[in-house]
Amino acid sequence: MVEKRDITKVQELVYEMNVEQVMIKDIITVGPNNLMSDLRDLLRNKRISGVPVLENDKLIGMVSIEDFIKCLAEGKMNSAIRDRMSCDVEVLYNDEPLVQAVEKLDRLGYGRFPVLDRKNRKLVGIITKGDVIRGLLKKIEVDCHEEEIHRYRASHVFEDIVADKTTLTFQYEVVGKDFNKAGSASSGLKKTLRRMGISPKLIRRVAIATYEAEMNIVVYAEGGEITARITPREIRIEVADDGQGITDVRKAMEPGYSTAPDWVRELGFGAGMGLPNIKNCADVMNMESTVGKGTQLEFTIYLDERGKNDSQNNN
Amino acid sequence: MILKTITEELGLEVKNAGVDLASDVTGAYVSDLLSDVIANSREGELWITLQVHPNIIAVATLKDLSGIILVNGRQPEEKTLMKSVEEQIPLMSTGLPAFQLAGRLYRLVEEC
Repeated sequence: MVEKRDITKVQELVYEMNVEQVMIKDIITVGPNNLMSDLRDLLRNKRISGVPVLENDKLIGMVSIEDFIKCLAEGKMNSAIRDRMSCDVEVLYNDEPLVQAVEKLDRLGYGRFPVLDRKNRKLVGIITKGDVIRGLLKKIEVDCHEEEIHRYRASHVFEDIVADKTTLTFQYEVVGKDFNKAGSASSGLKKTLRRMGISPKLIRRVAIATYEAEMNIVVYAEGGEITARITPREIRIEVADDGQGITDVRKAMEPGYSTAPDWVRELGFGAGMGLPNIKNCADVMNMESTVGKGTQLEFTIYLDERGKNDSQNNN
Repeated sequence: MILKTITEELGLEVKNAGVDLASDVTGAYVSDLLSDVIANSREGELWITLQVHPNIIAVATLKDLSGIILVNGRQPEEKTLMKSVEEQIPLMSTGLPAFQLAGRLYRLVEEC
């Protein structure tokens, strides 16, 4: 059996992040006509070990603490920086992956690299080993924190329940014609599912379908109710309203078909996309409508492959 | 490109000051139909619209959009502004019409 090589989190991150994300953007620079003695205060006060040299906004060299010490030893502190700087400067570009910076720092042994904008070749930052480490640590901390929250939440809901069958039910009331409150049921459900640790991709599908269903109640009915039933395998949403019902269900499913009044359309609703949007997001969708009585809509989104297979076996 | 750079480059007025503008903008979608935005916009995109009612925040939250730009000098309703603060959705306004704004934004995001 071939053993897969483990890729560490850091290895993954150095490919994922780019130079711009970790570089220092607040750069201190000097001109070529400054004297080496000018560096004394700059290096000390700013606690830096190297400075880019700019002439007319163009990077023409780097001068480092090593250059400074050499100059000091030779007693030539009055020479211009132009004569003592390193002209052969290795640079990085802002959009390069961090792995390039790590490789270059390692291979060339320099303490720092100026970073240029790829397009206009202007100096936009400077990067040192310390910046790379700081950037990585910060990213790891953020990721780790998110993972912790995720694990904590997910473990609490289904895994801690001991039962043969578990269904969680959330219910939301929807008020018709109230456009200020419209959307609060679906956004409430979205937040709840996120707290349960359900994957963001699935949550988005549930939230979109629920939002469209909620808007249908607001636009066409006096009121209604949204019920979400969640099992470890699927999320089923039932939407019931007391509206006028749909005369032609098949037509209502056609993209672009709408019976919304003008004032609703002016608000940007009633584009005839609601039901098609729901259908696109759901794995299964059923709708029953009685004219004069109301509409019942039901849709299911599977949480895993097992959910899908189960329902196929049952059918 | 991060949102902060875009607001500066295009001179957008951020209505909910203090909101996080560090998110990465991946593109933009121009539409005034909410269901169309729901169906066709993608995560991380900016939404350019002239709708100002509170539901635009719900749609932006739903699709994890990076922000909303109101065109033609439109101002958000008070409820919209409140919701944008609550949901932390960057809400911006510009005097430019949608076509002009989209053109400039395209140059900024796609061509650099």
